[in-house]
Amino acid sequence: MSADYAHERLGQTEKEHTARAVSSTRVRIVLALGPATAIGGIAWAFLQPWRLTLLHPYGQGFWWLFAEPPLYVVLVGVLFRLLIAPGLVEDMEGTD
Amino acid sequence: MIVAGIEPKAEMVHWWFATGILILGLLLVAEVIVGPEVWGRRPWRRYLWPGLCFLLGVLMWPVMALYTNSMIHMVAHGSWAQVLMLTGGAELGVVRGKLYSQYWRLTSVVALLVSGTAFLVHEQNGWYFARAAFLHHALGWTLIVAAVFPLAQAFRPRSVVAASGFALTFLVIAVLLFCDRDSAAIFGHFSTFAGVPHR
Repeated sequence: MSADYAHERLGQTEKEHTARAVSSTRVRIVLALGPATAIGGIAWAFLQPWRLTLLHPYGQGFWWLFAEPPLYVVLVGVLFRLLIAPGLVEDMEGTD
Repeated sequence: MIVAGIEPKAEMVHWWFATGILILGLLLVAEVIVGPEVWGRRPWRRYLWPGLCFLLGVLMWPVMALYTNSMIHMVAHGSWAQVLMLTGGAELGVVRGKLYSQYWRLTSVVALLVSGTAFLVHEQNGWYFARAAFLHHALGWTLIVAAVFPLAQAFRPRSVVAASGFALTFLVIAVLLFCDRDSAAIFGHFSTFAGVPHR
């Protein structure tokens, strides 16, 4: 094996490692987006429990029981994690 | 009168649109993270955010028709419906391959500028009148300033900074809309003319 070829291979391996590390970071971020959103919703529910009328439902009308903003945020996070993130991760790993 | 009696409060409608805009923001952020090539690998994924944007525009029409507390509110809601459908429609045309020019992204600039202006024009009270007034001013200026991101994308379609700014704009808008209450204080300020304050 010539020295030039060995250097070239070494450079390629380093590039592959870097690309894999970047891709792995991206995978982690994509997988974390949904849970982070859901945690945001849960934190909001703890900070402002009065925004969840389900916690004190008596005397509330239909719309007030239907409108639960912190739960909407949690739902969006969960749906993103279940429906969008897995396909993205699969496609990112397919690129490597 | 019957409709007025059973229709949801304005703040609830803001929260529902905040949910839709939060989904839009997450989709756009994810697209920035994985890159357009990976994002476009599954054809249905390319239609997600333009389709949702168009749907939000369609859903804005009943809001315009039912929340008729003032003429200027109707004009504002109607203009949001139109620009959301314009942007969604143009982006759908681009992903379908019917429209080719990168300059179709300028429809998003129009949408943000028109939406921002509508927020500012239809809010008749000052910043500290109540939380809703504050948020209308904040939303208006956020949208107008954020128009710089799609403008940059129209000329530099691969700019990560512009794409990130555009995506994060929707997350900020969602947070501001979720904060809305029909009558609540803002940083300790609440006008005596603003009704009964809620938390």
